[in-house]
Amino acid sequence: MNFLDQYRNPEMVRRLADRIHQRSTRPVRLMEFCGGHTVAIMKNGIRQLVPPQVQLLSGPGCPVCVTATADLNKAIGLARLPEVIVVTFGDLLKVPGSDTSLEKVRAEGGDVRVVYSVQDALGIAQKDPEKSVVFIGIGFETTAPTIAASILEAERRGMSNYYVLSLHKLCPPVMKALLDSKEVRLDGIICPGHVSTIIGSRPYEFISRDYGIACVVSGFEPLDILQCIEMLVKQIESGQPKVENAYPRAVRPEGNKEALKIMESVFEVSNANWRGLGEVADSGLRLKDEYRAFDAEEAFEISQRSVSDPEGCICGEILRGIKTPLDCKLFGKGCLPDHPVGPCMVSSEGSCAAYFQYGATSHER
Amino acid sequence: MKDKILLAHGSGGRLSHDLVEKHLVSILNNPLLCKLDDSATFEIFGRVAFTTDSYVVHPIFFSGGDIGKLAVCGTVNDLSMSGAVPLYLSLSLIIEEGFFMDELNRIMVSIQTAAEEAGIKVITGDTKVVNRGNADKVFINTAGIGLVPEGVDISGSNARLGDKIILSGPIGDHGMAILSQREGLNFETSLKSDCAPLNGLVAEMIEVSKEIRCLRDPTRGGLASTLNELADKSKVGIRIEEARVPVNEAVQAGCEFLGFDPLYLANEGKLVAVISPEETEAVLARMRRHKYGAQSEVIGEIVPEHPGRVVMTTRFGTSRIIDMLTGELLPRIC
Ligand code: SF4
Repeated sequence: MNFLDQYRNPEMVRRLADRIHQRSTRPVRLMEFCGGHTVAIMKNGIRQLVPPQVQLLSGPGCPVCVTATADLNKAIGLARLPEVIVVTFGDLLKVPGSDTSLEKVRAEGGDVRVVYSVQDALGIAQKDPEKSVVFIGIGFETTAPTIAASILEAERRGMSNYYVLSLHKLCPPVMKALLDSKEVRLDGIICPGHVSTIIGSRPYEFISRDYGIACVVSGFEPLDILQCIEMLVKQIESGQPKVENAYPRAVRPEGNKEALKIMESVFEVSNANWRGLGEVADSGLRLKDEYRAFDAEEAFEISQRSVSDPEGCICGEILRGIKTPLDCKLFGKGCLPDHPVGPCMVSSEGSCAAYFQYGATSHER
Repeated sequence: MKDKILLAHGSGGRLSHDLVEKHLVSILNNPLLCKLDDSATFEIFGRVAFTTDSYVVHPIFFSGGDIGKLAVCGTVNDLSMSGAVPLYLSLSLIIEEGFFMDELNRIMVSIQTAAEEAGIKVITGDTKVVNRGNADKVFINTAGIGLVPEGVDISGSNARLGDKIILSGPIGDHGMAILSQREGLNFETSLKSDCAPLNGLVAEMIEVSKEIRCLRDPTRGGLASTLNELADKSKVGIRIEEARVPVNEAVQAGCEFLGFDPLYLANEGKLVAVISPEETEAVLARMRRHKYGAQSEVIGEIVPEHPGRVVMTTRFGTSRIIDMLTGELLPRIC
């Protein structure tokens, strides 16, 4: 048997779906924080399996989508500098900034390279010592430790042409900001799987304790997600919200201490700028003073140009869970994966892309 | 020191001559080519199929094949997908200065081996050497000519309501094999590219049935893009069943790891056939007896709903749209 089959067993999926139907007596609103979950839900048609009163909302958990236009402009500005090679993870390339994208700058001759891992960025810097290599550090707690490790590695190798533009974001603080805004009423949160492998399940405890909202950490297979929904519904129906872990094969309550240690040795918590949410206190990571030499913000004069979000695009509201892609007038018309208006249509974890790519034939598209 | 390609190998002088004679023609060796005239001349009658493609794969050597094998199989398969019997191939090499001569030889041998298996001959070609940095090691272009047998009418626009869709085996092996060897990804897998010439399999299918409406090889863009092309060209709806689409475990695991969908991964030795319902069983049985079709499955059918669209019934009975691939496949960040 394929090792993944146990998380995709149709018989068990049906049984779980039945159990959710039986348990659920009233409308509940659950937010899948993570873009990976949005994709898995759409791809497997999970909305079609749960009762209509269980509403699934996408949250701000797509690293590309939450990158603010101002930060994108910074990356674009860096790419325009002749002595700079900008290195990034894939999807960010196509996201429109105020007036262009990294992809377009590359077509105009800017040196922008896509890598699969941050190690490759170090390789590029080593190969081309005449140039400055700036890695655009986007992502949540999942990617931050590897990027921290790359800085330690650059220091160990004595490299002086490697920089990071740290746009990292932290999950628990933005969850708090979202709940404090009171814009969206939630009964439960499908907590991010990959992020939790690093931070563990404990950091969500304040959510159930202070806000009375159920929290369950989930993996990305259909059975993982359904099991998570079942646990959430059960908690909500019994009126006893807490933090549970439906992804024990990857997530421990205390997380990955090694990874956290590396992350904390290089980065310190700072405010961060989120698309749709603006500045959120203590929700980002910047380089510690000892590592300032690797900080792209310090090393380069980045021209600050006017910042405007794309006209008509409601990515911000989608990321806050108050609208869905179907509420956007541009969805599937002016905005398509081939010529995206906003980041939610670009990123492989973006809600608009997921809705567009996998939308079911019926109500979901 | 190992012999390298020099710019002078492309100069047209003595070295060029040696390169062609000693490293190319001696391996490909057939009477039409060995004349080395400015063009090859040959006799041909009937309906001719003609196609060309360029190969720029990275890395050039991968588990299960190399750029040479790919350049032959790719063009042979394009000919085969119109039902043609492949006859002749042209071969153009664009080589980067400094490329190792023994790697070129390895590629040439695998070109000859693949051509032999497919029963096709390389009868004309060209070689250029470009400055270091102006090409990535070696680029190959092949063009192929084949003959379409009497009574065969295969086209992407021929699918009709009720027709069945057969897939010749598990998807994504080539795409995942290549990805697993990409810089920075480098993960361990026993996976091999499925790169293979499919003309033998197609010949047997045509022998069983003249009711084969469409044939396609789902290369770049994967099964998803191929099915979308068929739905679009034939103006029909396509429904496939997830549980019936074979995927190897290593591909499944790799996809999980990277956040990819096997439906979008490239294949180089698989075909999709649309066949009248009456003939499906017979064709399927014959395909399963062929080494390149042993794991063939009926994966879906042509339906009256949603013309131009492909919809998949997931293994949980839910539906989802299968769209074309847009852009490049990139691993997830989170
Ligand atoms: S559909 Fe396009 S324009 Fe509308 S919210 Fe999504 S990304 Fe923005």
